[in-house]
Amino acid sequence: MSTTTRATPATSAAGAGRPAGPGTLRLTWLHLRYQFLETVRVPIAVLGNLLFPALAMFFFVVPQEAVAGDPVAATTAVASLSLFAVCSASLFTYGLGVAEDRQLPFDPFLRSLPAGPAPRMVARIGNGAVFALFGLVPLTVIGWLFTEAGVAAVRLLAGVGTILLVSVPFVLLGMAVGYALPAKAALPVVQVILFPLAFAGGLFMPPQLFPAWLDGISMATPTRAGRDLLVQALTGQPAYGAAWAVLAGWVVVLAALAVTAYRRDEGRRFR
Amino acid sequence: MTTPPSPHAPPRHTAAAPTAAPTAAPVIEVTGVTRRFGTVVALDDVSLAVAPGELVGLLGPNGAGKSTLLSLVSGLRRPDGGAVRLLGGDPRDAASRRGLGITPQESGLPATLRVREVVDFVGGHYPDPVPTGELLEQFGLADLARRQTGAMSGGQKRRLAVALAMVGRPRVVLLDEPTTGLDVSGRQALWEAVRAYHAGGGTVLLTSHYLEEVQALAQRVVVIDQGVVRADAPLEQILRQVSLRRVVVHSAQDLSGRPGVVRAERDPGSDRQEVYTPDADALVRDLVLSGVAFSGLEVRGASLEEAFEQMVAHDGAARRAAGAMGTTVAATSATTAVTTQQGAAR
Repeated sequence: MSTTTRATPATSAAGAGRPAGPGTLRLTWLHLRYQFLETVRVPIAVLGNLLFPALAMFFFVVPQEAVAGDPVAATTAVASLSLFAVCSASLFTYGLGVAEDRQLPFDPFLRSLPAGPAPRMVARIGNGAVFALFGLVPLTVIGWLFTEAGVAAVRLLAGVGTILLVSVPFVLLGMAVGYALPAKAALPVVQVILFPLAFAGGLFMPPQLFPAWLDGISMATPTRAGRDLLVQALTGQPAYGAAWAVLAGWVVVLAALAVTAYRRDEGRRFR
Repeated sequence: MTTPPSPHAPPRHTAAAPTAAPTAAPVIEVTGVTRRFGTVVALDDVSLAVAPGELVGLLGPNGAGKSTLLSLVSGLRRPDGGAVRLLGGDPRDAASRRGLGITPQESGLPATLRVREVVDFVGGHYPDPVPTGELLEQFGLADLARRQTGAMSGGQKRRLAVALAMVGRPRVVLLDEPTTGLDVSGRQALWEAVRAYHAGGGTVLLTSHYLEEVQALAQRVVVIDQGVVRADAPLEQILRQVSLRRVVVHSAQDLSGRPGVVRAERDPGSDRQEVYTPDADALVRDLVLSGVAFSGLEVRGASLEEAFEQMVAHDGAARRAAGAMGTTVAATSATTAVTTQQGAAR
């Protein structure tokens, strides 16, 4: 997985007896381009991604004067909804998307092409990130126009970087579900995971209102760690001390789960 | 389907062939492989070696284990026991699959991508792909380059599927039911492409449940049924074993003892009998001359499934019959186009 050399079949084959293929980087770029093409050719999927977070913003944040009128509270609300949008996009795109893809007859063909799992997985993450960021654009614009939320350009950039980092465990969780379960099972599982995680992480209700025991649980979730880190990047309010450690721990655990699920997967399974 | 595809140019083995040719190590090597799905044993201790340049037909009824075997060779599944080698490596290792071409199922092409895009995408995985324009020209798809695959006809999709197997200049291709659902001219055109590829030194492992297809292409035939290799021999030898004719006739008299009858079945409570023989003409002649009362005479080629049953259950008897009537059998087999749809008849 480390080679990024371009194909030089004539020379390498003479030595190794087997021509060297395109490197992982080039394959990843190839998969990214075609996954992107496939996604944008179905415009409604892209629109859905843009609309849902924007609507949530209009229903739940803009009408609440106490939140919308306070710069920090409004920014925090935008941050929480953004993270929820990214979480839900990750879990659905990867959980449901992967599970559905595995049931397509083209999937075994793709798996038999001379590329390891990495190019496809990385491209999928990249593609998901691109569309998740698209989804944040209307959210940010609404926050900027209709609430007192306001962030300096540097902080906004830091926020975008943070949200991408913070989305990693959810992408991995989605993949673990997608590779482990058939589509019909993946859908309810994703829903059952997403809402409790979002609630416990304080994405719907500020964690300051939580009782102490719930706050303790909350701080162990990747959603809470992500939320606090994002708020810190955007507003400067410090996150709790263990936030990075919690996030990193989840990444390790969920990456192991995702890789195991991928390895065990052999396409559709029938008993 | 206006332009018939011209034969595919043989792969240029600029890099790979010289290293493989002198040793003639098997391109595909399956040794003692067992694969289970739950309690179902899909493959039971199967061994098979395919040498460079061979064109092997893999025959068997539905559910025989053909597709499972291909999925092991292409690295999609892992055997429960035994070993699978592809071009000298583990097929689950992506690098081993650089010299492999396989066909996607035609129904699975990404519907929103254009023909040219799919070819570019698949070709991008190989060190030295056939240029997209050239490949589309070879398979008569040049006019469709900008069409989305979802808008192609079934025959066009089949051609694209085989073209995708060839795009990486593979040393070995696995063709899984390559012409299912094609009309006669489409089938002929694809056979031409496969022959041209083979003539250029390529190795082919082809599955089909059309005996006709295997007969037209393969030199060597492997018959697989219920997860076991039932036969592995040159084409002529297999044909001799499976070219039985099925004679259906209504008669009050039991016909199982007539000369040349290898096997007979009688529906209980009816006078309808199914009789299997290598020489239907001789049997009919015999029936007429003997004066036996019969009606509703019907002669058909035995389906593969029936032929397999014959090979398995009555192996000895079939061989004796085939041996006794060697010349007749060879003559019949050339014109026999065995069909496979009669499973319901039994």
